[in-house]
Amino acid sequence: MDDLDTLEARSIFILREGYRRIKPLGMLWSIGKDSTALLWLARKAFLGRIPFPVSLLDTEMEFPEVYAFRDDLIAAWNLDYQNAPCPPESSVDQTLAPGGRAAARKTEGLKALIARERWRGVILGIRRDEQATRAKDRIFSPRAADGSWNFADQPPEFWDYYQTDVPDGAHLRIHPLLHWTEIDIWRYTQRENIPFCSLYLARDGKRFRSLGESNITVPVASNAATIDAIIEELATTSAPERAGRTMDHESEDAFERLRAGGYM
Amino acid sequence: MKTFAVVFTGHVDHGKSTLVARLLLDTGYFPDGRYAELEGAAQRRGVPLEISFLLDSFQVERDQAVTIDATRIWFSTAARRYAVIDAPGHREFVRHMVSGAADALAAVVVVDAVEGIGEQTRRHALLLPLVGVPRAIVAINKMDAVGFDAARYAAIVADVGAVFAQTGLELVAAIPTVGRDGDNVANGTTRMPWYEGPSLLGALEALDEREALHAPVRFPVHDVYRRDEERILVGNSGGGRIAAGMTLAFSPTRDRAQVTRVVRFPASDAPGLAGEAFGITLDHPIFVGPGDVASEAAEPPHIAESVTATIFWLDRAPLAIGEHLRMRCGTRDTTVVLDAIAGAIDIETFAEHATATLVRNDIARVTLRGLQPLVVDTHPAPLARFALYRGDAVGGGGIVRSVVLERDAGRRSSPDVASSAHGVSAADRIRRYGHRGLVVWLTGLPGSGKSTLAARLEAALFADGWFTYVLDGDNLRTGLNGDLGFAPDDRGENVRRTGEVAALFADAGCIAIVAQVSPLRDDRARARAAAPEAFQEVFIRAELAVCEARDPKGLYRRARAGDIEQFTGVSSPYEEPLAPDFSVDTSRFDIAACTHELLAFVRVAARVR
Repeated sequence: MDDLDTLEARSIFILREGYRRIKPLGMLWSIGKDSTALLWLARKAFLGRIPFPVSLLDTEMEFPEVYAFRDDLIAAWNLDYQNAPCPPESSVDQTLAPGGRAAARKTEGLKALIARERWRGVILGIRRDEQATRAKDRIFSPRAADGSWNFADQPPEFWDYYQTDVPDGAHLRIHPLLHWTEIDIWRYTQRENIPFCSLYLARDGKRFRSLGESNITVPVASNAATIDAIIEELATTSAPERAGRTMDHESEDAFERLRAGGYM
Repeated sequence: MKTFAVVFTGHVDHGKSTLVARLLLDTGYFPDGRYAELEGAAQRRGVPLEISFLLDSFQVERDQAVTIDATRIWFSTAARRYAVIDAPGHREFVRHMVSGAADALAAVVVVDAVEGIGEQTRRHALLLPLVGVPRAIVAINKMDAVGFDAARYAAIVADVGAVFAQTGLELVAAIPTVGRDGDNVANGTTRMPWYEGPSLLGALEALDEREALHAPVRFPVHDVYRRDEERILVGNSGGGRIAAGMTLAFSPTRDRAQVTRVVRFPASDAPGLAGEAFGITLDHPIFVGPGDVASEAAEPPHIAESVTATIFWLDRAPLAIGEHLRMRCGTRDTTVVLDAIAGAIDIETFAEHATATLVRNDIARVTLRGLQPLVVDTHPAPLARFALYRGDAVGGGGIVRSVVLERDAGRRSSPDVASSAHGVSAADRIRRYGHRGLVVWLTGLPGSGKSTLAARLEAALFADGWFTYVLDGDNLRTGLNGDLGFAPDDRGENVRRTGEVAALFADAGCIAIVAQVSPLRDDRARARAAAPEAFQEVFIRAELAVCEARDPKGLYRRARAGDIEQFTGVSSPYEEPLAPDFSVDTSRFDIAACTHELLAFVRVAARVR
């Protein structure tokens, strides 16, 4: 058992624990590298057949390559895919910056999805090393009926014991990748030969390190045109992963406020 | 590139966050721009930049200069990667500590050189070995504030050593540091020439990864999946290797079966390794489900009736002797009773004092008794670690120290003891199943939800390892009661037979769940008389209009159309129970909530008095 094996075993346990104790539940798939690796882990956990629906919170603003990649994988892996449309930009607070507006649309889209499907659990591919508030999250993280996160009073979690029940109307965010880091994801993607969207690979000296909506995500300077080169790049870079995600940087506590209000 | 997880602890204001931030800063952790971002934020707020701002992620933490919850940060050296778990030092620490430290291989305990050991230092020293962290490096911090005094350093090291010796925490190294300036953090210092030991980072790099040499086979069954007619037991192995052809013994039943296949996706038949998540299939069907533990027959876990344990209590509401809790150990849930508190541990003196209740953050030695068989190992094995749930919330946790009373469910009682008419006494059955037999009689209008609730209740109890079975009115009519129609006499006979059968099931130790309209009070009274001790009348209340709107079998529609005569609720009376033992209202609450309520009721009713 090497470090990737250990990470994998823990994620599989979390997925099975969520499936066993929380019904109904579903999974968010942003089509990015993390949630695609998570899909692969779910296939492993459930021996080839993922027993719950997977949904994209669709702003219709993803890159065309992302949609194409999604459609290919739905077919190849025979996924129970349910598109989750987000409300139009005109329906959210127009005083928000563009990134905030996209995030607000996704937050509302998620609320609508949970209400429609009556999910008590949502599986998501966030990681602790992505962002400081995510670092403090729980693996089974309760959200109130309005989607809000009470980060100041979270349930204890130790060994592999989790609190897996929430009041009616509330739900649990289940985070099987919380303990992974960006470089772990790429090393695992490489080892397991998991497909990923081509936008992550450098073209003309630029690549996307994190994929968001096309109007609010910018590529970073990079010559990493293969997965090996990405791993090498990450081992030495000191630039943050979400540097290209403008929504995080619109104000100092932008991301904290997004998350407290129900963002992923 | 293995990750080495280290938890940083310290009494509040002893400079832990500053020390962590300094360690990260000096190992080149912070991404470009992060330091400048916070410098700007501090300027805007008109406060000096504290190095700990680098770690506190929430605005409210920076504004109030408090750390709210444990965080995790990764940094790398040439040798390896570290996961730093930074837990706040205040009183709520115990909760955050167990949530973070449980993953750690070692701890760094930060002690203020001026103040010396604080109450929280002692608590951490007690808690760390309990959550599985066996050793610690101590940083004697703020050495500048004591004039870099070697004697002060030596005095604190002696105090720390004494405390650690009492709690069984191994002291790896004691390092004099100045977190703010970086002395002996990642680099050395010229300000304490009397100190010849390593820096904090040096001491961390010298820690080895200890791995258990021998671990017996432990495979706690997490779930059972069906794939192509095959029953696959899945789980994360807690020790040993499991390969096809091996014979496994399952606890608590002690049933044995041979492994036919190790199952993975994508397929691979290599042996399952310790710590790995995989599935197995067995050569013959035995009764095994979630919560059972597979081992080798020669080295099984304990099957215990009661255990001593050291626990930490986290819930706001105190815990009293006699309270029932749900204990989860591995994947197994059992109801336990807090039989005794041998002693709550005083943080100042480490002396134990007798008490009848434990409050939040208390650590105590206790005795827990299982109402079902407890499948455990003793500390420091992984299967000694458990959580205690109160309702659905994690109320605390702990480790099993010893087994007070074994019970071996696989061994039959000796012939000279088995002298009752049955050969097995009621007490034997209770000992086997962990609960007494009951008739849970669900009565209510057609469409009120009896069958659904019965099935849910049965599944939930069964998942907890209980002996339970549903006797459904409709299903009984296909066999035992197949000769009966719907005339009043036949209906009465139908209820009578069901009551007698249910009484036999209860006598056999089973939770017999009956789902039957049983509209007449007299008929139900007769069913009660068949099992007076075990009978529990549960009224499934639902408005007639609601039942009719649901009409799951289309019977109301047919009754209204005149196709069915004497249909209860439409053309035949339903006599509501006058004093049911319990009732749930399915027209007001959803099925999950009703199941939950009913389950709680049955758990209490099935307790041995």
